[in-house]
Amino acid sequence: MNIENLIQISETEWEIPTYTRSDMRVPVRLFATRELLEQIINDKSLDQAVNAATLPGLVGSVIVMPDMHQGYGFPIGGVAATEYPHGVISPGAIGYDINCGVRLLASSIEFDSARAELDTLATVLNKYCPSGVGKEGVIKVSLKELDHVLRDGSRWALKNGYASEADLARTEESGSLEGADPDMVSERAKARGREQIGSLGAGNHFIEVDVVDEIFDEEAANVMGLYKGCLTVQIHCGSRGLGHQVCTDYVHEFQSAVRKYGIDLPDRELVCAPMDSPEGIAYMGAMRAAANFAFANRQLLAYSARRAFEDVFANKMRNWHLHQVYDIAHNMGKIETHEVNGKQIKVCVHRKGATRAFGPGSPGLPPEYKKIGQPVIIPGSMGTASWVLVGTEASMTRSFGSSCHGAGRVMSRSKAKKEFRGDALRQELEARGIKVRAGSLPGLAEEAPSAYKDVDRVVEIVSAAGIAKKVARLKPVAVIKG
Amino acid sequence: MGFEEIPHTADWSVRVWAQDLPSLLAESARAMNALAGTVTDPDPRVERAFESEGPDIESLLVAFLSELVYYQEQDHGLAFDTFDVRMSDQQISVTMEGSQITSVDKAIKAVTYHNLKIEETSRGYEVVIVFDV
Repeated sequence: MNIENLIQISETEWEIPTYTRSDMRVPVRLFATRELLEQIINDKSLDQAVNAATLPGLVGSVIVMPDMHQGYGFPIGGVAATEYPHGVISPGAIGYDINCGVRLLASSIEFDSARAELDTLATVLNKYCPSGVGKEGVIKVSLKELDHVLRDGSRWALKNGYASEADLARTEESGSLEGADPDMVSERAKARGREQIGSLGAGNHFIEVDVVDEIFDEEAANVMGLYKGCLTVQIHCGSRGLGHQVCTDYVHEFQSAVRKYGIDLPDRELVCAPMDSPEGIAYMGAMRAAANFAFANRQLLAYSARRAFEDVFANKMRNWHLHQVYDIAHNMGKIETHEVNGKQIKVCVHRKGATRAFGPGSPGLPPEYKKIGQPVIIPGSMGTASWVLVGTEASMTRSFGSSCHGAGRVMSRSKAKKEFRGDALRQELEARGIKVRAGSLPGLAEEAPSAYKDVDRVVEIVSAAGIAKKVARLKPVAVIKG
Repeated sequence: MGFEEIPHTADWSVRVWAQDLPSLLAESARAMNALAGTVTDPDPRVERAFESEGPDIESLLVAFLSELVYYQEQDHGLAFDTFDVRMSDQQISVTMEGSQITSVDKAIKAVTYHNLKIEETSRGYEVVIVFDV
């Protein structure tokens, strides 16, 4: 596909019309500048967006965010809404790492007063928050207890002393999706998840200590408890092996379901089933259970991060506490009500590498965020800035209440490994005052900042398009990676 | 019989070829181990069996490789290098030998169906597999 096939709506919005390919059911809307499109035109993300536009039961448009990049089946940065309950749900359009997401904790610890302790803090965070390939978590649960985690998510963590009511209030869906069905999660998925709860994993997952570098919306920042020059913590991870196994199981099972329901698709990774079919109901229950596992997982890591802060700062300052700003998912399928063609209808919003970004007054937000909109956390690539935004009224009408989720890759992992060395990268980051703890140096090289788009430009696009509003920019000072 | 990595923006992709279908599946498993940088103990050797059914050969390939992903995280991590593969169009049975993983550079987390198509070529059979990492 080339840019000439696209219709330019504005400086930051483009459309791939349905006449582009005969099997498209809806158009594709992209939030991007021409410059950014030229950057990504060589990968397959636009073709994958067109493929996504063939799913049965789609409404509105398939939306693609400026951090888009090539995935498998569905593009990363994609949003698609299918009519509930007869439209389809597609496991591949939600992703393997179900409820991969980000949690932001904030403090009133000034960076200058903490600077001397940063190295120790990175070491203690690394010790308390297990990371790396297949690593076991901070606790082990029995299979019976795991079913409680799958059913209740963060509510399980609250009951067991790992969370506060305030944490749950500031988590998407209060950290507990209704309708989770542990019986629809395979024994194999449970075996993978049981030992991994409370662990970070590997890949692009991380814990990062940041400093609030600049504030763009004083009122919203105050409501969130973000103060210029103070430390924050981001936790980026998901449902570990459990979520991956759930997706693997259902993508496999749905290979037969598409034949049963006569669904013809351009890519087998997009397999799907009607939401009201036995297969769709089973996947929905399993996917929600995996999402609850991820909420509980990030909650346990937040608990561990707080322990680390207590160990390092409690005898040095009075207020070392970390309060939760928000916890959001960026790989999820959710039943929500949105306006389509002037009517409010129930849809299943598939977000894969896209963040829910509900505007002011939206249902499900805690009272303090009703006025400003839902916090949207956008982690940058390693060593670069991250952003805190809020959802807007425009995001509700133009992007199914969604925004971007990160910087988005532009360079393949194999090329990044050839071009960068993990040890040199670590030295470079340390020279810039960023403490690094990494389990794998080749893994670190793959996550080199140059392998990603410039997160500032991605944020400029969603801000200019009006689907999110800037609140604060964060600057990294310590990174813990698997 | 062999494999080569193909650039992919976010994940990993590999082209695998072999003279027959059982060899193609075994070589795909070896490609997966190589991409992940899996290192194992020479001893003790372990044996596991795997059986599955699916609508076609591609689904059997994904089921087989997904089994190996599962073992990466079980029994403190197992990887396999020797395979006795028996298969028909819709059934597969594998006896595999391997040993304990000592280190992995980068774990493969899932095997996808993205554009998955096993094709007959001058080299026998070929397939391109995309892995989630």
